[in-house]
Order: sequence, then C-alpha cells, then structure tokens
Amino acid sequence: MEWFESFWQVYNNLILTIGVNALLALSIWLTLSCGLLAMANAAFMGIGAYTASILTMSAGAPFPLALAGGIAAPTLVALAIGGPTLRLSGVYLAMATLGFGEVVRVLILNAESITGGALGLNGIPQETQWWHVLLAVIVVLLILWRLRRSRIGRAFEAINEDAVAASLMGIAVNAHKMLAFALGAAIAGLAGALNAHLTFFIGPSEFGFDRGVDILTMTILGGTSGLTGPVLGALIITLLPELLRSFRDFRTMLNGAILVLIVLFLPKGLWDPKRLRSWFGRGAH
Amino acid sequence: MLEQQLVNALSLGCVYALFALGFTLIFGVLGVINLSHGAVFMVGAYAALQVVTRFGWSLWASLLAALVVSAAVGLAIDYFVLRPLRKRNAPHLIPMIATIGLAIVFNNAAQGLFGAENLRFPSELVPDAQLHFLGVQISVLEVAIVVLSFALMATLFVVMRKTQLGRALRAIAESPKAAALLGINVEGLFYLTSATAAALGGVSGVLIALYSNAVFPLMGQPMLHKGIAVIILGGMGDIRGALIGGLFLGFAEVMSVAYIGSTMRDAVAFGLLFIVLLLRPQGMFGKVLERKA
Amino acid sequence: MLRLANVSKRFGGLSVLQDVSFDVPAGKVFGLIGPNGAGKTTVFNLITGLLAPTSGAIELQGQTLIGVAPHQITRRGIARTFQNIRIFKDMTLLDNVVVGMHSHLNYGVPAWLFSLPAFRAQEAHAREKARELLGWVGLAAKASDTADNLSYGDQRKLELARALATEPRLLLLDEPVAGMNTGEKVELMGEITNIARRGYTIFMIEHDMRFVMGLCERIAVLNFGKIIAEGTPDEIKNNVDVIEAYLGRDDEAAA
Repeated sequence: MEWFESFWQVYNNLILTIGVNALLALSIWLTLSCGLLAMANAAFMGIGAYTASILTMSAGAPFPLALAGGIAAPTLVALAIGGPTLRLSGVYLAMATLGFGEVVRVLILNAESITGGALGLNGIPQETQWWHVLLAVIVVLLILWRLRRSRIGRAFEAINEDAVAASLMGIAVNAHKMLAFALGAAIAGLAGALNAHLTFFIGPSEFGFDRGVDILTMTILGGTSGLTGPVLGALIITLLPELLRSFRDFRTMLNGAILVLIVLFLPKGLWDPKRLRSWFGRGAH
Repeated sequence: MLEQQLVNALSLGCVYALFALGFTLIFGVLGVINLSHGAVFMVGAYAALQVVTRFGWSLWASLLAALVVSAAVGLAIDYFVLRPLRKRNAPHLIPMIATIGLAIVFNNAAQGLFGAENLRFPSELVPDAQLHFLGVQISVLEVAIVVLSFALMATLFVVMRKTQLGRALRAIAESPKAAALLGINVEGLFYLTSATAAALGGVSGVLIALYSNAVFPLMGQPMLHKGIAVIILGGMGDIRGALIGGLFLGFAEVMSVAYIGSTMRDAVAFGLLFIVLLLRPQGMFGKVLERKA
Repeated sequence: MLRLANVSKRFGGLSVLQDVSFDVPAGKVFGLIGPNGAGKTTVFNLITGLLAPTSGAIELQGQTLIGVAPHQITRRGIARTFQNIRIFKDMTLLDNVVVGMHSHLNYGVPAWLFSLPAFRAQEAHAREKARELLGWVGLAAKASDTADNLSYGDQRKLELARALATEPRLLLLDEPVAGMNTGEKVELMGEITNIARRGYTIFMIEHDMRFVMGLCERIAVLNFGKIIAEGTPDEIKNNVDVIEAYLGRDDEAAA
C-alpha cells in the first residue's frame, strides 16, 4: 500500500487533471456529435470556474452548492446566446463561439471587483476530492451513453449528417442543437468548477483560445465516433507534457500540429471502431 | 471631434476591410472558413520586416515581398491541407479545424524564430509627416494605407464583376460541380483564390504593422476575430460586405475608444457580432448559407 | 387532402412559380410532370416548409401549412424523398428508418436514462416496425449494413422506407426512379402500387412518362412555373398544350 500512497502523493494532481480534461473533451464531443463546433466550451469552463469559486470564497457556500452554481451559470448563458446563433447554421455558431471566449475574457478582466481582474482569484479552497472527479466523470459518461442510445442521440447523429433531412423526419433541429449546446456548457462548467477547487488559482487567461484548442485537440485526437475517444484523447494530451518534458514548451505547437495531422490522416481520431475492426479483422466486412 | 474620428477610423477600417476581403474570398469561393488567415497576415508582416532589416529594401519593396511570401504560404496551405480535404469531401467543420491547427503551428513557429517581443519597423522608413486638411489631421502613412487599400479593393471588384475570371469565380461560388461541368478549371482557380486571398492578408499585415508600429507572433489572432466579425456584419462571401463591414468596424472601434475607453476595444467587434446575429444573421449583404454541391 | 391555391414563388426578380393551383385527392396517386426547370421541386420545398410562398395558400386537409416549421409539417403527416437522395450514410439501414419514427417515440428523460420498460418497449417496437418497412421495399436482408455502400436503386428504396416510417398520410416522392435501370423501375413501381393500396396518398414528381402514366390516377403538368393541364393520364396524353410543351421530347416516352 505504501508505494500507492507515495505514488498518489506525487501524481494525484495529474490524475485528477486527466479526469477534468476528460469531462471537457466529452463536452466538446457532445456538441460535435450534433454537428456543432463549440469553441465556447473553454469560456463556459471559465464561467463555471469563476461562479463556483466566488460562491465558496465570497459567499461561503458549501461545495455541492458551488458546484451546482458552476453548472447552472454557463448553462444559462448558453441558453441565452444559443437562441440567435443556433438559428442559422453551425458555421455561424463556430465563428461566433470563437469570439465568445474573447468577450468573456474581456468581461472577466473588467469586472475586477468580483473576479479579481487580471490577477485572477487566489486561495480557492481545495475542496475537490478524487471521488468528486471520479463521480463526475462516471455520471457524465453514463448520461452521455444513455443519451446516445435514445432517440435524442439518434437525432443528433441525423442532424450531424444532414440537418435538413433530419428536420423532415420530424426532428426539431434547433431544439436539439440547443440541448447539445447547453448540456455541453453544463459539463464544461462542472469541469471548471472542479478544476478551480483543485488548482486553487484561476486567471482569465486560462479559459481563452489556447484552452479551447487544447480541449478540441483532445477530442479530435482521441476520436469522435464514441465516448472512448475523448477520454483517450484527454489521457494522452494531459500525459504527453509529463512524459516528454522537453515537449512542454512546444505544447501548444504540438497541439496545432496534431490537429492538422489527425484531420488529414486519421479523420476519425485514434479510437475509430471501424478502422480498428478492419485492422484486427473482427467479423465480416 | 467627429470628423477627426472618422478620418482615424478610415485607415483602420480599410485595413480591416482588406483582411476581411481575403477571408471572405476563401469562404465565398472555396467554401472554407480559413482560420489560418490570421497567421498569413502575420507572416506578411514578418516577411516585410525581415527584408527591410536584413536586406535594406525599401518599404514598397517590402510590401511586394509580403505579398509574394504570403501568397506562397496561402498556396501551400491550400495545396497540402485544404486540397486533400476537398478531395475527401470532408464536412465543413473539418477544414476549419485543420486551419486552426495550422494557425497555431505558424504562430508558435514565428515565436520560436523571432521571439515573442514586439518588433518595429525602422523609424526612418516610416513616413511620419502629417497633413492638415479641412481641419482634420491625417498622416501620410494613413493616406497611403487608404489609397493602397482602395486600389486593391477596386481591382478585386473590377475583376470579380467585369472579367471572365470573375465570372468563373462567381460560378464556382454558386456551385463548384456545375462550374466544373462548364469547363471551368475549378482546382486551378481554387489555388489562385487561396494565393490571392493570402496576398491580401499579408499586405494588410504590413499595413497594420506600420500603423500600430508593432510586429509580434500573435498579431494575427485579434485580427482573425475582427475579420470574423466583419464578414458576419457584412455578409459572408460578399465583397461589398467585407468593405463596408470593415469600415464600420473601424469606425465603431475608434468611437468606442474615444467615448468608452480602450479596454473594451477588442470586445466591440464581438458586441456588434452578437447584435447582428440577433437581428440579421446573414449580415448586410449575405445570402442564406445553403451551398449546392 | 392537399390543396395548392394560387401559389406563386419569386426569388428576387425571378418568378419560379406563377398562380399554381391543384388538388391532390386523398388515397390516390397524383403526379406532377413538366420539363426540367419548370419548378417542380420548388413546389415540394414549399409544401414541406423549406421555402415560403410569395403568395397563395397551401392547405393539408383544410389546415394551412404556411409558416409552419418543416419538422411540424412532417408531424402533421407529410413525408418526402429527395431528388438527390439524402440518406444518412454513416448509419445502418435500420437506424435510417428508425430515425423516421422520431416523432412517434415519446418516452421521457428518466425512461431513457434508466432504461425503463417504456423505453425498451418503444425502442423494440420501433426496430420491429423499421424491419417491416424495409421488408416492404425489399431491403430487410441489409438492415444491419451501413448505408454508404448501397446501389442507387437501393438508396432510393431506403429513402422510401424512411419516409414511410414517419407514418405520413401524404407521401411526396421527388423523382423516385431517376437514375434507375428498367428492372429497378418496374420493381419500384410495384412497391409504390402496394403502398398506395395500403391507403397512403402519393404525390410524385417524375420525368419517366411510362412510369407516371402507369401509376398515377391524376396528373398535373407544370411548364415554366405555370400549370398548363390537369386530369387523368388519358386526358393529359392527348392534351395539345402538353404535347407542345414536350415538343421533341417524345423520345422520353420511348426511352
């Protein structure tokens, strides 16, 4: 048991970060599965992180309540901005969400009295336990798994392939897109809230474009066909800078290169059931 | 006063328009949202700076260098990344994701090669004479920017409207398959568009570098955000929209700095963007986005 | 069942449809024919709510369809296939058809979240029904295959099965046999006849004259956006205006 304790001492932060990143990757996977590219999830993470932190620090709220706030706030924002932007097509949403992160960042910077401005929030109580993260990951995986099997999951798939044909199947496309968008925001917010109480410091620069690309890379690398991919991608992208210390400086650049290479050569990511099946020759094809 | 603000806004707006033009060209003709356009913008600025500081070329020559280098980079991006994705008929989000990756690679490469600090054009080269005209002040540099921008945009406009080439490009924008059936060399024109759009981006990079006296690796990012705002404002794929949207954004930014304060400046673009999306999502001149195969 | 009254559609300055009026009788097979570019697919786009008419009325059993969202129109009982086939290529044939049943599945969040009996029963029933529909078009054997490897004819049949899954009263078929060889056409003709016999109202757009004459009980002819004739197949065959519109296209009937 002793080696485990010393192992945990050193690595618990890393493992919990993998969990948080898995949640983030899953949140982007969810929106991608409905044909939406939500670069805004990093901003939603930030909203969740700040909301939860302010609740524990300034209002002395108990942790579960702070988490609830961290989930609710970004969801409400998503519902508010989703309406107009989801109306036309996924292209506008992608563009608008790219800039949304900038807006949030500027707002955080300027609301110094609440958010600490550029200096961020320091001294957030480290409330996050390993089981919080584990529970969150398991619950989210469960919900998403069941969702995929329901008519809603099928509707997402249909919308992803051909939104017009989907609407003519009786699917309320905009309502479903909003669901994917808002649920993705909720998951990202939860991840943000958990993360804030893990790292005890958050600043506005953590939830911008770089973070958005990080999360996107995890999902694209891991694979978009199912739930395994995002988790795998989170694992790899979180561990890579640890395993290859020298690569830490090039982390962002590496992310960029990975995005391009995966898109070109392994479009469905690493975990692609079809390709794996054909490699390992299982079943007739 | 208002007239002075308008004049200030004019040159800024022109550069925004020029950048957005390249962006909207790629969207209109190739159907791709090319988020590496900001990186190409940055490449142009660095290319110009390099030839000026290393080889002692004149400012005009450096503009040419920026144009050529950016065009080459844009062409390479199209050939090596966008073209394979075209052949595969990838859904529209995929090329966009790839260009995000490319932008990051370029930005970080620039940082590695040239460092993260602000570099400047040698001050002897930059004209700082001021003109006084009808009670407003405008620098020679600003005049040059406006004239050059309008010249480029006018050329583009004439080509698109009055030449066979322009007709072919507009046909491709409507429907690449149909254009191909008409015997138009679609693939070749894709290359031309990518190169031209990149060239416009690169030139606008030099102009902004001169205007704000700063060249740094991430200079393309805020530009990209503004470019997005401009073409949503003006309507995606529409040249007039890029022009008017760019001028409008320049004006809005200058006004907001004057009357609200400079911290919110970058958010102005997005504020506008959201308002437009709320009220008229297709922008001023845009059409609905359904593009036939 | 379906009534179009004085429907016009303009795109900017271009007038695509002018004063189009006709009735699609319930329980019958109705055909809309006309030269290419006459505006036939636009009529379908107007009916299914993808476009709004510039003027005129479109009513399904007395209720207007104008201003109603496409997915609502489907829920009211209109299903449609597409001229350029829009099946979901990454899904299995079975799933393609099950998607069509979306609006008829009504289990709630707890049901699918916890896999309650209501969820499982409805899903099982949906899959059964989907298999049955695939059987109607002769694709039951391929139910578990992915839809990206189908022959052209099979794709059209899949679209048909999927449209039927929405439990429509009115079925809009946009060029259902385009691109098929003669054998496939005859097969599909039989299947559509069977479907019509089950009581569905069918409204089709087609070019193949023999197909249309053989199947449709009433036909309307659209030329340059205007209806120039409406009646039984025999009336249409002998109509002077129709023959003139198709001048030089007699080889189509012979094809």
